Formats: sequence, C-alpha cells, structure tokens
Amino acid sequence: MADTAVAHGADHGAHHTSTGLSNNKLGMWIFLGSECLLFGGLISTYMLYKGRVGEGPQPDQIYDIPFTSVSSFVLLMSSLTMVLAVSAAHRNDDRNTNLWLTVTAILGATFVGGQVYEFTAFYREGLGFTTSLFGSSFYTLTGFHGVHVTVGIIMLMALVGMVRRNRIPGSKAETVEMIGLYWHFVDIVWIVIFTLVYLIPA
Amino acid sequence: MAIIERPSTEVAVPGTPTVVKPSEALGVFKRPAATSSWKDWLVTVDHKKLGIMYGVAAFFFFIVGGLEAVLIRLQLMGPEGKVLSADQYNQMFTMHATTMVFLFVMPMAAAFANYFVPLQIGARDVAFPRINAFGFWCFLFGGIFLNTSWFLGGAADGGWFMYAPNSSTLFSPTHGIDFWVLGLQITGIASLTGSINLIVTILNMRAPGMKLMRMPIFTWMVLVVQFLLLFAIPVITVALFLLSFQRSFDATFFDVAAGADPLLWQHLFWIFGHPEVYILILPSFGIVSEIIPVFSKKPLFGYPIVALSGAAIGFVGWGVWAHHMFASGLGPVSVAVFSLATMAIAVPTGVKIVNWVMTMWGGKLTFATPMLFAIGLVVQFTIGGLSGVTHSVAPSDTQQTDTYYIVAHFHYVLFGGAIFGLFAGFYYWWPKMFRKQLNETLGKWNFWLMVVGMNMTFGPMHILGLQGQPRRMQVWTEARAGEGFFNLGFWNMIASLGSLILSLGILFFIINVVYTHKSKKVAIAPLDPWDARSLEWMTANPPVEHNFDSIPTIDHLDEFFHRKYEQDPNTHEIKQVASAEEVLADMNAHPDEHIHMPSRSYWPILVALALPIICYGLIYNRMLMAVGAAFLLLTMFGWAMEPATAPDDDFDPPASGEDGGHTKELAPLG
Repeated sequence: MADTAVAHGADHGAHHTSTGLSNNKLGMWIFLGSECLLFGGLISTYMLYKGRVGEGPQPDQIYDIPFTSVSSFVLLMSSLTMVLAVSAAHRNDDRNTNLWLTVTAILGATFVGGQVYEFTAFYREGLGFTTSLFGSSFYTLTGFHGVHVTVGIIMLMALVGMVRRNRIPGSKAETVEMIGLYWHFVDIVWIVIFTLVYLIPA
Repeated sequence: MAIIERPSTEVAVPGTPTVVKPSEALGVFKRPAATSSWKDWLVTVDHKKLGIMYGVAAFFFFIVGGLEAVLIRLQLMGPEGKVLSADQYNQMFTMHATTMVFLFVMPMAAAFANYFVPLQIGARDVAFPRINAFGFWCFLFGGIFLNTSWFLGGAADGGWFMYAPNSSTLFSPTHGIDFWVLGLQITGIASLTGSINLIVTILNMRAPGMKLMRMPIFTWMVLVVQFLLLFAIPVITVALFLLSFQRSFDATFFDVAAGADPLLWQHLFWIFGHPEVYILILPSFGIVSEIIPVFSKKPLFGYPIVALSGAAIGFVGWGVWAHHMFASGLGPVSVAVFSLATMAIAVPTGVKIVNWVMTMWGGKLTFATPMLFAIGLVVQFTIGGLSGVTHSVAPSDTQQTDTYYIVAHFHYVLFGGAIFGLFAGFYYWWPKMFRKQLNETLGKWNFWLMVVGMNMTFGPMHILGLQGQPRRMQVWTEARAGEGFFNLGFWNMIASLGSLILSLGILFFIINVVYTHKSKKVAIAPLDPWDARSLEWMTANPPVEHNFDSIPTIDHLDEFFHRKYEQDPNTHEIKQVASAEEVLADMNAHPDEHIHMPSRSYWPILVALALPIICYGLIYNRMLMAVGAAFLLLTMFGWAMEPATAPDDDFDPPASGEDGGHTKELAPLG
C-alpha cells in the first residue's frame, strides 16, 4: 500500500498539467530565470567598478588563479555528483542518493571553504569591503554567489536527513531533481563569474 | 506537487459526503482546522480569501497614501505654505509615491489576479497556495514595516526613485531610507513569489481546452505582468542591496569621492522602474478589456491583437528605461535609441485603445458604473499617453524633466488610467465576490466626482510644469508666481481644490460599500448581473471553496457567453438558449468526486513574520537580527517538513482510484 501510494504520488506531478511539466519543476525554472537577472545586476556592477581601485590593490595583484581554478574544479565536479544523486533517486535507490547528495554537499562546502580562505587572504593583502569600489563590488558579487552555494548545501543536507527518515513530502525523485536544478544553476553562474572576474584581465 | 495538501476539514462534495481526517504523522504542528472564525484568515491558503485580504490591505494603504497627497496639495494651495516643514514635505512626497506604487496599485492588481485568474482559467486554486499566502503576508508586513518609520525618527525622504548618492547617510542621516530599502525588499519577496506562483498557475493549471488564445484578456495581462515582475524585481533587489550595504556597512558603491558612478543607481532603478509602470497599468488594461465587451454586447474587437500587443508592451518595456535619464547626459546615441524605442512603445498601446473604441463602435452600450470607469480609463489614459509621447522627444523632455508636467503625465496614466481601471474592477466584480451589487447612484456620484477631481487636480499641472514649476517644490512665493493666465497661484489653487473633490469621490466609494452591506434594502445580486462572457461568472456567488463542482471543458473564447447564446445558422441571429442559472446547474449536475483542496497552514505567516524581525534587527540591534534569522530557518524547515501530498489513506472512506476510476484526481491541483 505504501509503495503504491508513493508510485501514485511520484507520477502524479507529471500528469494533468497543461504544459506537461510539474508545477514544482516549472516553478523552479521560472525562479532560476529571475535569478539570472539578480546575478546580471551584480555582475554589471562589478564590471563597471573592477578598474576603480583607489588606493587599494589591483585585481591582478591579489587574484590567485591556480588556487581559484582548483576550487572552481571542485565546484564543477559537484555538478557531476549531483547528477549521480538524481539518477539514483530516479532508480529509487536511497543509499546511493544519500551517498551522492552527501558528496555533493562536501564538494560544495570545500568550495565555500576555499572562498572563505580567499577572502581572508585578500583582506590581509589590503582589500577590505570598504577599501575601494573594486573591493565592495568584488565581495558583494562573490559573496552573493557564496551565499547561494551555502543555501544549496543546507538544502542538500536537509534532503539527506529527510530521505533517510523517509519524510519527503511528495515525490522523492522530483525533489532531488529540483534541488539539482538549483545546484547546477549556481555552478553555471560560477563559470560566468570565474571567467569574467578572474580570467579576463581588468 | 506542493499543492496537494491534506484537507483538514470536511470537504463538502456533492453526492458523496467525504469526511477527511487529518493525520499529524508528518507535520510539526497540527494542521489548523478553523473554518469560520477570524483565525481562519491567518492560516488560509484559499486564493479567494487571499485576494480579498490583498484588496482590504491595499485599500487601507490607498487611504494612507491619499491623505499624504492631500497634505502635499494643502501645502501648495497658497503662497508660503505652512502645513508641512521642508523635511516633512520631503517625507510626504516620498512616502506618497512609494505607498501608491508598491502598497496600493501593485497589491490591488494582485488582489484581482489572485481572486480571478484561477476562476478565469477554470482552476480550483493557484499552483502554490502556501506560497501565495506567504506572498500576501510579506506584502502586509513589508508595508507595515515601511510605515512604522513615521514613528521611529521619520520616513524616507529621497523621492520614490531614491537617487544615490543623494540617499546616502551623508544627506539623509535618519533611518527613514533604511526602512524604505528593507521594506521594499520584503514587498519584493511578495512580488517575486507571487509572480512565480501566478505564472505556473496560468501556464499549468488551465482547464481542458483552455488554450492560451482562449484565455480572457485579464488573465493574459496578468501573465505579462508576472513576467515583468519576475525579471524586474531582481534588478531593484540588487540596487536596494547595494544601497543598504552602503548605508549599513560603509560600502562605496555610490561614494563619488571614491570614484563611483552616480548613473549606476539610475540605470538599475529604471531598468526595474520602467517595466514597473507597465506592471502598474497592464492589469487595469486587462480589467477594462473584460468590461468594455460586456457593456457593449459585443466580443472584444481583435482579441489576438489585444493579447499580443500586451505582450509586445511587455517586451519593448525593457528597452526604454533610459528615457527617464535624458537629462543626465547619456550621449546622443543612447538618447536617440531610447527616444525611438519610447515612441515605438506607444504603438501597441495605441492599438489597444483603438481596439477598445472599435469594441464600443456599433455596440449596444449600457453605461453602468463599471463601464463609466472603463471609459474614464480609455480617455484619461490617452491624454496621459500623449503627454508621454512628448517626453519621448528628447529635446522637449529635457525642458520637462523634473517639472510638474511630468507629475501631470504620470498621474494621468496612473490615476486616470490604472486606478480608474481598478475602480472599474471593484464595481464589475463586486457582486461576484460579495454577493451584492454596489449602488449605481452612489457609483455615479463616485465616478463623476473622481473624474472632475482628477482632471482639476492634474490637468492644471500641465500648465504649471510648462511654466517651469519644479517637481518636489516645497513652497512658492507670490512674487514669482507670474500673472494672467499663467499665474501659478491660480492653478495651484485649482489643483488643490481638485484634490479635495477627488477625495470626496473616493469617500463616496466607501459610503457605497458601507451602504450596500449595511442596508437591508439591498437585495442579493443575481448570478450574472451584467450578462458577462468569461468563466469566472460560471460559478456561484460567491464561488464555493473549490470554485467549480466539475471542471468545465472549454470550447470557445468567451466560453460562458457561448453556453448562454447560440447563433442561428440561417438567420445569423444570436439567441439566448440558457440562463446563467441553467448553465451553472448543468455544469454542477455531474460534480467531480473526491476533490482535493489544499489545507490551511501556519507556516506562511510565520515565515513572513521572521522578515521584519530581521530588518528591525539590521537597523537597531544585530542580536535581534540573529534571532530573526534563526526563526526564519526554523520556520522554513517546518514548512518543508509539512507534507504536500495528502496520502490516500488520509481519507475516510479511502479513495478507491484503482477500481473503476471512482476517484477523480483533479488537473488543477496536480
């Protein structure tokens, strides 16, 4: 009975909607569309101000490209593990779902840890939040991204707990997939930020 | 699937009395079960109740904003006005505009959208009922938070577009602007969640056969507006974050001494701000597009053109923001491009006006109050639209910038247009929402006083502005008022008297509402008092909680009309074949069984309550902020753990979906 109820619940979302997409998934896509404009505004602000360093350090004086490349690679790998988690959830394989969700969260946390290290290193080298326009806009842009990753990690960990105790309301596979959509989006935004902020010289 | 929640009370299903027992196995709190007391309004997720709540709250803020406007006009009534100090005057016009834009017109449009979009597309509720409730509470708490600044050291005083660096702590040291920034962030969350909810509702939850090109124009315009909100709100969010980081954490974004570009704020604000003006007007366009055909006894002229020109306004609306900045020295190329784009956007707007006029042309017109307000919109918006085209000509605009001519323009489009449209909606849909029709005589007094008042107030401002009276001017002196026809004193006096007549007109609306609901002489309205055309009238008055006993299948644009009337194939005459009561009875003859309705929840109001706590904390005490943040996190977990799907064994007797399709899972809730 429990199984049929789950199966019933699982396919429920896919049916009966005018577009064929479930409400939750469509809602998440639309939300991510809105997020594009949020990061668009922040990236524009950074691009406007990246050369305005005042008395503070220049971007190329403080960026540590090899270090950030490694942490970017870690974040990109977390998208792979997220895909594995979604795939396991579709197979209804709780053990592997939880395993890959946990690995994703750890990779994400590694990235955030790297960002905290990077922020402290930059601060020691003389770039504070209020030092220059470059400083304010750099910390705001990358900070907003870091907050997004952190929110993602909280959602992943909550998801692990809920899967383990079987307390996910609605379809498990779809819930994992939705968190996955958010996670991939945050990754893609980082690719843009890494390219525009770190790789293209000011 | 968040929407299939466990019904906590008995759901009255015609035919089979299905008793639903809520289980508490998964939730943190027991699900609230009140159905009739005031508490129900706190925990409801019903889109109709939330629509009414949006409406009541927005109307309250309308009165607040209106009183602020009257104070402004009293100050300018005569020379050397002494009603307000310069500081109070700055706060008054800032809060007047902010209140009217963010706390009246937007949420009042949300009220109509919430109430009528699900009815117009044949759905039982919105896609995310709890998020819908959350949006309402965010709007209400954000609005209250914003207005508490009056009592906590003074309100924001930077004008509604709050140009930085003028809005930095150097020039505005009180907390007013902090309240403004954070209050708008909270109401922004309301708009963003509301837009996601309504877009998914419209795209996903249409009744069978309700194609996009069969949707009523009001729903179309709501869809366009929600996309505008979806993409405009994050831009203002960025701008507000930058400003509050500057004010609270000494960031340098708008610090010109550090090399900041003052145009950054202007661009970010107007990239939001120009789509915003379409966010304000398009719902009213939708409302009059419903009303004019009904009172002309004709289908809307050029339905697809009206729908698509609304979408075109939505697209082009993104490419005109810099016409607010012609005086800031953008350079000739930018000015030319934005000037042309602004002229271009007048085209789809003009198309709509032509379509409304052509709808009335040759129709059997009846001038009931909703129709009067709709015609008021068409005429007054056209005047405001034409003065808008004069702004698009950049050389002329540089003369008009920051004068009363601009004030005249946007009050013609927003008061004469948007607010008249909302009043048309009040009169048109009142019997649907509240079972009683507003009084027609009082309604006509309401309308004519508002027309006279509105034109007396804002008409003279064209003259004042072209004579050079600057916007936001706190006093004027007799010595510099000029003479003869162009005497500023005379026209300021007319405008101020007009604002009093306008207030009287709005007072008549309130009297009308009180009279209609207190007087025993006012009978219950008939089911279909206006002989309407669209699906929302195919429900009971007021609609039952689940809207439709059976979800209708849609075969036509103006489905309700086609169920009432048929055309004789030989004579081409239109004959009535069924009354509204018969259509409804016919539809209710085969009710759906086992209707899942979303159930009430404590979490939306609790999560929303965390936001003003965080914001007060940000202004006064970082500890309070931490408490608010912890509260937010906990309540969000509570929400996430609350089951979204009603398990089948929650129902008694259990649903028997497997044997013979007895249970009908309903499309709009999937």
